[in-house]
Amino acid sequence: MNFFEVVFQPGIMDIIVKMLIILVKAVVVVGVLMLHVTYATYFERKSIGHMQVRLGPMQVGPHGLLQPIADFIKLFFKEDIIPAGADKPIFFIAPVISIFAGMTAISVIPFFNGFVIADINIGLLFILAMSSLNAYGVMLAGWASNSKYSFLGSLRSSAQVISYEIAMGLSLVGVMMMSGSLNLSDIVRAQERFPGGFYWPQALGFFVFMVAAFAETNRTPFDLPEAESELVAGYFTEYSGMRFALFYVAEYVGMILMSLVAITCFLGGWDGPFAIPYVPFAWLFLKLYFFIFLFYWIRATVPRYRYDQLMALGWKLLIPLALLNILGTGLVKVLLR
Amino acid sequence: MPEFLRTQVMVILPEALLAVFAMAVLLLDLVVKRKGILAALTIGAAVCGFFALSGTGGGGSAWGGMFIADGYGFFFKIIFLASLVLSVLVSSRYLIEEDINHGEYYALMLFSTIGMMVMASAGDLITLYLGLELMSLCLYVLSGFIRGSLRSNEAAIKYFMLGSFASALLLFGISLTYGLTGTTAIDGVAKYIAAHGLAGNPVLAFATVLYVSAFGFKIAAVPFHMWAPDVYEGAPTPVTAFMSVGPKAAGFAVIGRVLLVALSQMSFEWTGLVIALSIMSMAAGNILAIAQTNIKRMLAYSSIAHAGYALLGIIALSPEGLASTLSYLFIYAFMNIGAFTVVTLLTTKGVKAEDLKEYVGLSKTHPFLAALMLIFMFSLTGIPPTAGFIGKFYLFTAAIKAGYTWLAVVAVVMSAISAYFYLRVVMYMYMKEPEGEVKLERSYGARLALGVTALAVLVIGMMPAGLVEFARSAIAGFRG
Amino acid sequence: MNPYLFGYLAAAIVGLSAVALTRKNPVHAVLLMIVMFFHLAVLYLGLGAEFLAAVQIIVYAGAIMVLFLFVIMMLNIKEEIEGERFTGGWPLGISLASGLFLLLIIMTGNVLPGQQGIYTAQVIASQTDTKALGSVLYTQYIFPFELASLVLLVAVVGAIVLAKKKLR
Repeated sequence: MNFFEVVFQPGIMDIIVKMLIILVKAVVVVGVLMLHVTYATYFERKSIGHMQVRLGPMQVGPHGLLQPIADFIKLFFKEDIIPAGADKPIFFIAPVISIFAGMTAISVIPFFNGFVIADINIGLLFILAMSSLNAYGVMLAGWASNSKYSFLGSLRSSAQVISYEIAMGLSLVGVMMMSGSLNLSDIVRAQERFPGGFYWPQALGFFVFMVAAFAETNRTPFDLPEAESELVAGYFTEYSGMRFALFYVAEYVGMILMSLVAITCFLGGWDGPFAIPYVPFAWLFLKLYFFIFLFYWIRATVPRYRYDQLMALGWKLLIPLALLNILGTGLVKVLLR
Repeated sequence: MPEFLRTQVMVILPEALLAVFAMAVLLLDLVVKRKGILAALTIGAAVCGFFALSGTGGGGSAWGGMFIADGYGFFFKIIFLASLVLSVLVSSRYLIEEDINHGEYYALMLFSTIGMMVMASAGDLITLYLGLELMSLCLYVLSGFIRGSLRSNEAAIKYFMLGSFASALLLFGISLTYGLTGTTAIDGVAKYIAAHGLAGNPVLAFATVLYVSAFGFKIAAVPFHMWAPDVYEGAPTPVTAFMSVGPKAAGFAVIGRVLLVALSQMSFEWTGLVIALSIMSMAAGNILAIAQTNIKRMLAYSSIAHAGYALLGIIALSPEGLASTLSYLFIYAFMNIGAFTVVTLLTTKGVKAEDLKEYVGLSKTHPFLAALMLIFMFSLTGIPPTAGFIGKFYLFTAAIKAGYTWLAVVAVVMSAISAYFYLRVVMYMYMKEPEGEVKLERSYGARLALGVTALAVLVIGMMPAGLVEFARSAIAGFRG
Repeated sequence: MNPYLFGYLAAAIVGLSAVALTRKNPVHAVLLMIVMFFHLAVLYLGLGAEFLAAVQIIVYAGAIMVLFLFVIMMLNIKEEIEGERFTGGWPLGISLASGLFLLLIIMTGNVLPGQQGIYTAQVIASQTDTKALGSVLYTQYIFPFELASLVLLVAVVGAIVLAKKKLR
């Protein structure tokens, strides 16, 4: 269904009811999402801690379970510092753009059969469009801060995000070709014929997508925009308090979004080996936790890339591989017809 | 290959071959150290293109009417291929002298030629636009090819800025036409206008103005000529030669396709515009050329004036007029490239040979070269027995026959004015004593190109029947 | 499409472009342009061209404007802001533009819709915009499509030729 048909159908009551349903769905999703973001930070500190043979947060609550809440309260009440010479409107708006881009994209993800906030025909393109906006938050934050470290971080980030966006878009083309649709629910349904999902017929695309996803979310080993050892904290060096928290949340939202896209496009979405009664979204969340763990696991394992290596990897390896994948998929499709 | 596809591909075979060669040049550039080989390959591409062209000369239309391979397109493509070969012959040594010997040069030349060929064969406004853009993009880069030279950079930037503006005007015109007729096919537009009595519609008239402006820019007609002198001066000389001929002819090719076919019903509206363009071009081109001391700038203004002459054949609105424009463009290609070749030959390391003073006494130091320059200058003026005379003669007769006697008189007066600055070069060469040693570029390619162009100018000048017949037969199947 | 929505979008697009033009700070101008692109995308959505809307965001907002911003950030904006906002020719430019605008307004009465193709809004809606566009692009328009690929190739080669620090 067309996005506008959904929103602008005749009959005012109809419209109000539809809007309300969408609103309720959105509130539910955002609530669940924020909860996940909060505890994803805890999960990260704990899992990386254990991988490095330490315990991670232990002080607040049993096993440090209340640590994220404490962090949040602290950030909320911290003084909001704006650097001298900053471009104020842009400085304010940058974190909002970042978080907006990630959250909006999640609205097209089907959590279980029939539960999508916006079931639009161009779902996959919409996600690509929104994630491409992510670059603005980072770039503008770096530029508006009027600081060297921020600026360098933002320059790195914009070049990185643009480069890897191409590889990411191309890696998803194979999925589009196999499912014949851009609607994410249709993509999930198309995967029913392939046990497990598209990850094995589209192994190459899956690989390229995952690498690009790490780069898009600025996670290790591609966290050059915020490389602590070189740039203090990269593009959000000058941010503090609530605005800093917004960036932090945006990063985790981005991570969850990328995991959800990977699950929807390659791992059969809400589908699982057997149906779990009463919790139709169980499989999706299990897969999500696995991917989030994968992000941490790789962070604890792989060292950071050098900048030229990063660019070479993106342009000289991933893009050709993605193109090869498109060619191969097309050939197989033609031969099997 | 399925039969259907093969017939389609056969129609665009010349362009497809050129594209293959262009990409081969790009790839070979990585491994080949001697760029002369790439020049040879480019000429080989043009020759292959020529044979493919003769094989499929009147191949009809393909790709759903997007591409028309008729005699009209064939004639123009011969001009493009000839100017490509001649410019490449002139280039190879020049590139070494200027220290810009990169293989991309030849690839861009080839791509630009493909763009022109597509323009000449465009059966749809979209194909036309893409061909135009392909041609222009290559030329923007080529005119800035001497990266170390500020003038070359300026030329590229200026050409790019104004060129994109012209493209925007063209697109606006196309979108208005599409909105009114619901089609972008050139003959479809004509049919729709005729069937629905749209002729004289103000919106369509506005679109016509936009088309004339955009094409006027490409052929460098006044008042859309501002870029020409600076770009011609700043660009590498062989590129100037190339772009003073090919793109201009391509511009006329699309003028023929759009004004004479798609907007034939609107001829009342556009003839007035084109007449104004033509008179202004002839007047401004010839008069401003007098003030120039740089020979490339002078030739730029002269090329503006020549666009004005060539428009006479379009204004005449007769097959004869169109044929005379075609043959004029053919002749112009040879005489103009010839003149630029002389300029190139005089360019050696550190010597620009662009100031008119450099030509003082050339008849004493290099009598043969001076004689050839004399031929080209005579031809550009339109003095018999050179080809330039024949070209102008047919153009002016066509204009008179169409009832534009006064316009022909204006054109003759302007030609007389042009004699002043063309013959000034001759005067410098023959009537003055040389002031110092003049070195020539050691280029056999340029010498060959010089020989070919001079021969062509003289042969056509003395035996014009063949060319005129060729032009007539080319437009036989052209619906205008 | 809802006429009020269209009115808002049209007014916003024109207004945002005008505001973007008059900004002294190029970064602000770029941001306004992006907002304008979003309005344009919504306009496309309202006309049933979902694919175009998505591509509008991905290509213009997501790629081209990022590159713009990238270049602008390299400039010394403080100097840029202190300079004159417009070059001397702006009164001429404005009068030309408003003349053109008036001309277009006068002409609106003469705009007649042309013939309709086989792809009406219903047909497109029934087979989805993306599919309709794809099937036309790769059959009827394959020749211009391939031609466009040559144009892009030339653009890439040209950019390298003009900008690479050292050609071999």
